[in-house]
Amino acid sequence: MSGAGGGDVLVIGYGNPARRDDGLGPAAAEDLARRGLPGVDVDADYQLTVEDAADVAGHEVVVFVDADVAGREPFDFRPVAARGELGFSSHGCEPPAVMALAHDLFDADTKGYILGIRGYEFDELAEGLSAAAQANLQAAVEFLDGVLRSRKFDEACRRPGPAPAAGTKGNGLCKTGNT
Amino acid sequence: MVKATGKLKRVVIEPVTRVEGHGKVSILLDENNRVTQARLHVVEFRGFERFILGRPYWEVPVLVQRLCGICPVSHHLAAAKAMDRIVGGEKLTPTAEKMRRLMHCGQMFQSHALHFFHLCSPDLLFGFDADPAIRNVIGVAKDPRYKHLAVQGVLMRKYGQEIIKATAGKKIHGTGAVPGGVNKNLSIEERDGFLKDVEQMLEWSRGALKIARDYTVEHLEAVRDFGSFPSNHLSLVRADGAMDLYHGNLRAIDADGNKIFDQVDYQGYADYLAEEVRPWSYMKFPFIKSLGPETGWYRVGPLARINTCDFIDTPEAEAARKEFMAVTDGKPNNITMAYHWARMIELLHAMEGIRDLLNDGDLQGTDLRVKGERRGEAVGLVEAPRGTLFHHYKVDDNDQVVMANLIVSTTSNNEPMNRAVQGVAAQHLSGKPEITEGLLNHVEVAIRAYDPCLSCATHALGRMPLAVELYDAEGHLIDKKTKR
Repeated sequence: MSGAGGGDVLVIGYGNPARRDDGLGPAAAEDLARRGLPGVDVDADYQLTVEDAADVAGHEVVVFVDADVAGREPFDFRPVAARGELGFSSHGCEPPAVMALAHDLFDADTKGYILGIRGYEFDELAEGLSAAAQANLQAAVEFLDGVLRSRKFDEACRRPGPAPAAGTKGNGLCKTGNT
Repeated sequence: MVKATGKLKRVVIEPVTRVEGHGKVSILLDENNRVTQARLHVVEFRGFERFILGRPYWEVPVLVQRLCGICPVSHHLAAAKAMDRIVGGEKLTPTAEKMRRLMHCGQMFQSHALHFFHLCSPDLLFGFDADPAIRNVIGVAKDPRYKHLAVQGVLMRKYGQEIIKATAGKKIHGTGAVPGGVNKNLSIEERDGFLKDVEQMLEWSRGALKIARDYTVEHLEAVRDFGSFPSNHLSLVRADGAMDLYHGNLRAIDADGNKIFDQVDYQGYADYLAEEVRPWSYMKFPFIKSLGPETGWYRVGPLARINTCDFIDTPEAEAARKEFMAVTDGKPNNITMAYHWARMIELLHAMEGIRDLLNDGDLQGTDLRVKGERRGEAVGLVEAPRGTLFHHYKVDDNDQVVMANLIVSTTSNNEPMNRAVQGVAAQHLSGKPEITEGLLNHVEVAIRAYDPCLSCATHALGRMPLAVELYDAEGHLIDKKTKR
């Protein structure tokens, strides 16, 4: 999408833009790609798949950007570790499995983070983010822009986060990108 | 879960792992644990056709890619082929047709590689009953004997994806195919980037084909009856009978190889095929009209394509096809597990096709689009990785889509997958005192042979947890297994 290789940081935004707020990941990727941050490669896809492991292995840091079903508002930023759990069970896969494949297949020690952007409308087959998700997107992209410029990823995880949204479990579950 | 009805018990696998989207298997047992019924259910979400209605026709090849994150290229090309006819531009320029064929080969290559190395190989390498903690791609990656296969799978998938990116423009909202042609050619720089890896990809394809071939031949007695049954087969074939994954006419054969129909222009598919609705399933059951729903169901996908074609026009894949057909003395191969072997023949065919196309100077041509007499209705077909994919549209005078109907490959394989589930359940689960995870995986293995993409079939969004609960005949929960 941008940064034709060579960057030390990879941002992957994923989700289905035809599922309303599930398109938060690609929307964030498009915004970041337009900014052309130095040393940052940006990619977007409907879902994570195995070959993402090869791209992840080619970078020092990867940030997975996904819509968050019930996490913190407006977004949550957290580390993700390699985990080869049984969840790796379909054509698509989750960030921990991609990290595990990057480690096991390519001996990568890439550090991984997830930026989960809170969304609200997922069930309708339609384009366009909800107004609340659009606001969360802007806040999340501005935040990630700052993190990518400073390269202070761990510090960003430790910053006091916004409170979980009322009426949600705040479990930080991200939607899969399955369509 | 299991629900007791009188003396019957119901085992539900929900959803099936390592297939896409949301589906479940229910197995009904009697008090002696004998299987009395086994079915594959799919949770339906029929919203996509409505999503397209009212859109201008030229947007459709882009929009339909959102049907599925796994094979968006197949939908992109099927829709583009329909829209070619809408604009009267179905006779593409050589550059346009070859760019699309290259895109399609890239799609076939990456999809088949993903399925074989990362979804199927754990079953073949470790065994159906192996510990599920290792019977997955992470287990393959961690095993020093097989790690190289997992690496190859990732890099082959990546190669195919890069070809798609170069021909379609980008991964999301690819715009390469447009009504009447394409919007770009392949640059010399892009071509050379792919050419340098061609021999490596061919070599790995040969290796994958050998694994699938050897497994099938060495386990022939075991796989011959595993979820297998005689069936009709349907696919596109070229006018001379060759396998053609991008374009051709419809051919259907019966289990013995007799032609049911041949060289049918797919614009008239509705005269030959119909879809049956059954009350227990959201997914329809297509069938050949002349035979009726009872005997007219058919298989699509790699196995069907190898069975229906007369030959393959790339030499290495053709040699492999001949060896494949020799196993059944030249008659159609109806062994469900032979899908894997057939799929790897197609993998090699796709890679041979990529090599040949990359060496064709037409890809650098600049004549990209044509148009002719406008039409109001059209059908587009391609052979998607999982089988024949139908896109049918009507467009009004305002250029807006007023009707859309899709028959995806997994829907065509609905009845065969159900038969495979029934057969394996009866053969491997019936009468067993305990339904273990390994036994249940036998059912999943049979479904995975078809590489179903339930997200296409259902247009649904779903996560993939697996929950199996086992109740006794009185409805008491006696066992429960879950995994994500």
